[in-house]
Amino acid sequence: MIRLTDSDFNVDEEVSQMKKKSVGGIVTFIGTVRGESEEGQVNLMEIEVYPEMAEKQLHAINEEAIRRFNVDDIRIIHRHGELHVGDNIVLIAVSAGHRDEAFSACRYVIDELKKRVPIWKREQTPSGERWVEEGSPE
Amino acid sequence: MRIKVRYFASIRERTGVNAEEFELQEAATVETIIMEAKRLHPRLEAQDGAIFVSVNGDFVKPSRRLELGDDVALFPPVSGG
Repeated sequence: MIRLTDSDFNVDEEVSQMKKKSVGGIVTFIGTVRGESEEGQVNLMEIEVYPEMAEKQLHAINEEAIRRFNVDDIRIIHRHGELHVGDNIVLIAVSAGHRDEAFSACRYVIDELKKRVPIWKREQTPSGERWVEEGSPE
Repeated sequence: MRIKVRYFASIRERTGVNAEEFELQEAATVETIIMEAKRLHPRLEAQDGAIFVSVNGDFVKPSRRLELGDDVALFPPVSGG
């Protein structure tokens, strides 16, 4: 399941929906807004998304990870819009029979997301605003 | 053929528009769009990093041939997560 949203997500709710008999572990990664960047203090963050392409790429990453690591289910939720320091940005939750696959799949999803999902951060700092531009597809 | 191109993030700011249409010849490629966009928006030349192009939601190489109805977008390196 993948979701792009302008509102916050509830980690407990998402995780509880992934529990079932064949699942022995759920790994979650939560990306949050850091109050500091290379340019100094961050006051506010704006996240822009290219929705149609982001959904397509996230679906592809989700399916790749399930196939590659043989995990049960993956949920990827990414927020957009205006976010404050400490706010949730992204949730990746992976359920699997065993922990190794769950950790590997979670790592794969966040790494791929950072390379090829069209989402951009714009940081507001005391010295002005800047776009963060870092990831490239391989 | 007319192809609509969408811009995102710093590329959108540099062009000053969300999207625009280009009138292109049949043999036009993604490279043609990049050159045309830079000609129309000189501020794109000052783009520090790479400019990526997607067609129908996939990353494509500059040599990709364009077809009528293609959904094209130009944007900078991504920073989600």
